[in-house]
Amino acid sequence: MSTITAQTTQVYSVFIRATPEQVWDAITKPEFTEQYFYGVRVELREGRRVSGMGDNEWAEDILAADPPRRLVHSWVSAYDPDMAAEEPSRVTWEIEPQDGGVTKLTVVHDQLEGAPKTAESVAGGWMFVLSGLKTLLETGKPLAG
Amino acid sequence: MTFWSHKMRGMDDDQVFKALADSTRRHLLDRLYERDGRTLTELESELEMTRFGVMKHLRVLEDAGLVVTRREGREKLHFLNPVPIRLIHDRWIDKYTEHRVAALADLKHELEESA
Repeated sequence: MSTITAQTTQVYSVFIRATPEQVWDAITKPEFTEQYFYGVRVELREGRRVSGMGDNEWAEDILAADPPRRLVHSWVSAYDPDMAAEEPSRVTWEIEPQDGGVTKLTVVHDQLEGAPKTAESVAGGWMFVLSGLKTLLETGKPLAG
Repeated sequence: MTFWSHKMRGMDDDQVFKALADSTRRHLLDRLYERDGRTLTELESELEMTRFGVMKHLRVLEDAGLVVTRREGREKLHFLNPVPIRLIHDRWIDKYTEHRVAALADLKHELEESA
């Protein structure tokens, strides 16, 4: 394990061969998210970002939504009792069209000062999620594994 | 996956490998791994290199997607983006998984033949 303290602002970026609308749907609709987001069913409902995992459901505040370009919401690690007690942090999804039918998706997870365990845990998680999202959109199939 | 996206993906990989094939650039990534969100001035102060040289290396890393820059006020901050390395990892892991699946399929075939 690394002895380095996890960063309180983390940035992840990936180029995806898809339209901004497809990327937006993939991050806001449960039938997509469950295929790459650790099986979590995510949807935007009544101004909140609602996550469902098995019988558990939890909601985060939507701080800004500009489909299909930008989504900002609070982040609570409700899936883990230890991390759930930490302060909320913030996640920003930026979707930017590029030349040649490619879309750049950037995830900024910041305001993690009050959530050190979350900061440590999501670092690997976002890589897995973005890699899986790219594969799903480009091949129509979830990442093998 | 279409042929074109395979080709695109291959090109992405080439850029990542080329960007990593330089000790100064790996050193820059190590500095960002220790602490993210640094300015050019901060990164430059830790290297025996001109500002222009550091800028050039950061540009290669940015083109390969290994570094992402963000503006905060008047400052341009550099962040390590590990996703391209993860994609290469996934690609090889996928290959090995396929190989294992194929080996099991062959084994099943052989066992059924000899039964």
